[in-house]
Amino acid sequence: MPADLRTKLGHVDLPNPILTASGCAGAGRELSRFTDVAKLGAVVTKSIMLAPRAGRPTPRMAETPSGMLNSIGLQGPGIDAFLQRDLPWLLTRGARAVVSIAGSSAGEYAELARRLSDAPGVTAIEVNISCPNVEDRGTVFACDPAAAASVIEEVRANTRYDIPVFAKLSPDVTDIVAIARSCVAAGADGLSLINTLLGMAIDTATMRPVLAGLTGGLSGPAIRPIAVRCIWQVKQALPDVPIIGMGGVRTGRDAFELILAGAAMVSVGTVIFHDPGACDRILRELGDELARSGLERLTDAIGLAQQSADAVRLGARPRMGSRD
Amino acid sequence: MTAADDAAELAPAQVAGPVLSVRQVDAYHAMAVVAPRIARGFRPGQFVAVAVGGPDTSMLLRRAFSIHDVRADHGGTVEFVFAARGPGTRWLADRRPRDVIDITGPLGRPFPLPRDCVSCLLIGGGYGSAPLFPLAGKLRARGCPVDFLLGAASADRVFGSLTARRTGRSATITTEDGSLGVRGMVTDALARVIHESRTDVIYACGPMPMLRAVTGFADRYEIPVFASVEESMACGIGVCMTCVLPVTGDDGVTRMVRSCVDGPVFRGQAVRWDDVGTIPFDALGAPGWRPPEPADPPQAQPDAQDGRRHAG
Ligand SMILES: Cc1cc2nc3c(=O)[nH]c(=O)nc-3n(C[C@H](O)[C@H](O)[C@H](O)COP(=O)(O)OP(=O)(O)OC[C@H]3O[C@@H](n4cnc5c(N)ncnc54)[C@H](O)[C@@H]3O)c2cc1C
Ligand SMILES: Cc1cc2nc3c(=O)[nH]c(=O)nc-3n(C[C@H](O)[C@H](O)[C@H](O)COP(=O)(O)O)c2cc1C
Ligand code: FES
Repeated sequence: MPADLRTKLGHVDLPNPILTASGCAGAGRELSRFTDVAKLGAVVTKSIMLAPRAGRPTPRMAETPSGMLNSIGLQGPGIDAFLQRDLPWLLTRGARAVVSIAGSSAGEYAELARRLSDAPGVTAIEVNISCPNVEDRGTVFACDPAAAASVIEEVRANTRYDIPVFAKLSPDVTDIVAIARSCVAAGADGLSLINTLLGMAIDTATMRPVLAGLTGGLSGPAIRPIAVRCIWQVKQALPDVPIIGMGGVRTGRDAFELILAGAAMVSVGTVIFHDPGACDRILRELGDELARSGLERLTDAIGLAQQSADAVRLGARPRMGSRD
Repeated sequence: MTAADDAAELAPAQVAGPVLSVRQVDAYHAMAVVAPRIARGFRPGQFVAVAVGGPDTSMLLRRAFSIHDVRADHGGTVEFVFAARGPGTRWLADRRPRDVIDITGPLGRPFPLPRDCVSCLLIGGGYGSAPLFPLAGKLRARGCPVDFLLGAASADRVFGSLTARRTGRSATITTEDGSLGVRGMVTDALARVIHESRTDVIYACGPMPMLRAVTGFADRYEIPVFASVEESMACGIGVCMTCVLPVTGDDGVTRMVRSCVDGPVFRGQAVRWDDVGTIPFDALGAPGWRPPEPADPPQAQPDAQDGRRHAG
């Protein structure tokens, strides 16, 4: 019997846990030529801002071992064009839309949340807080518990009550659990982890940085172990908070790994560039993985590795954070 | 240029296709792959994106190559031509017939075809000439005379000089080292070729500096250029935004547009060649850019108001 893949995005039921990762599937239209977007758990859109944005100069990417660096700089059409063109398209296709938002001040996030709450058909909001705060010398919201909380508070307060708000965390912090706690205390219904890690590449032939923006976000299978660790730590600290896991998922096995660590849903990002049909394939493979493991329901697998680990330790507190 | 061509756009496909042949052609490799769904929808100027390194590869990004030829045998094959430079293209060069490769296509917008019978000049730099040959076929079928101007650093890097000589009304070759044809760059021969062939429209594919120079030159003669650009691409299908360049639209607004889905063929005159690799300050959404405000009602001057009142 095929496994039951249904899962919950906050209080919203999803037919399956496979989502696209923000920035890796546009607003779904281009990808729909390779994947039936209505069959996915949801499409998570490219982070949208208030105004149109041109992004960073090119070159914007560098291939790295089992990964890539990107410095797109949140290029996008702005919320007006998104609401006029992109969101309706997703809805007519029967896709569930998780809208990712980004801003440079808490007020901008609040305004975006208001605009989305007025629009019909938004399944959830994912708040990309890996953005510099222009009101605080450009420090990244996601790197400071108080700044992260201020954004989430604003978004939650301005979002319709029935739209879940997920805070997307950066792994580039010393204590991701502290940020997670502070976002949940501020009203986040769930957490998305992880965003890219800051990296850099230098072209040894030209002896200059490869990216015009100098630094970029590292993604792809190279970062998967970091995603597993972050999800594990946060799930352990906040067992009741739903997690969208992401970072280097390439196969159904990889998705299963993130679920066992504690994710209730899994976003597929960079691997879409390699295989535009990846989401369909990973969903199929995940079903096979579950069937093989003897689990009847996906929900039974969420965080299962934590329970087994605890059982082995006979209640001993795992020493998280140590590298030995 | 016919609108019907654009409307006929077919959805691209992802195909696991067996390699039919890999040939060494001077400095390049030509690889033919059985991919009926790609061959069927193909129009000249479109490209394929090929996954390299096998199923567990650490090279995540596909490599983009212009489609050089499609044939009907084996249900439909596509051929592309590439230089083995980095690890991905070297891996590709080692494939043998019957190896299966994962290939997506046909991607991007094709070269627009003229409605009327006009004199066409096809300019290629290095492997950039590869997509020009299927274009030449279409143009000739419409009765357009086709002239070729091909250039490269050396003779072994000029792709297709024999075919150009055999099938073009004229074919001019330039090499920087003088090992074939005229010594110099394509732009050095451009003025003469344009005059002799009474060129009405230029199609060009090659390195960005060449495209920029060709467009600048053609501008002086008011000859339209359709240029196929080469920007680094991570996805090739329009979802990642890595492949952008500044292009001015018919509305006069410059936007950072994706070369994989809005290109790779652009009207040369619309591309802001000097600003490629930058975000021009006046591009839509550039830092400091503001949405155009609805025009403020002109501030009424007090004395003018007085005047009106008196007049009223
Ligand atoms: C629309 C288009 C059509 C092209 N047509 C051809 C063709 O017909 N024949 C041909 O030989 N080459 C063509 N190229 C360039 C070709 O894609 C690169 O040479 C190739 O990707 C290099 O891969 P590599 O493994 O050798 O290099 P690596 O250096 O290992 O590549 C690393 C990464 O950078 C990207 N990259 C490196 N060089 C280029 C480049 N010049 N352009 C775009 N991306 C690059 C690769 O895709 C890869 O993601 C085309 C590029 C584009 C965008
Ligand atoms: C090209 C690119 C663009 C991205 N854009 C965004 C974005 O706009 N907003 C966001 O929250 N994350 C963005 N991300 C991060 C991904 O959503 C994801 O968190 C990260 O890449 C890890 O997953 P992956 O390894 O499966 O790609 C982007 C990633 C890539 C590679
Ligand atoms: S290469 Fe990804 S959008 Fe063009």
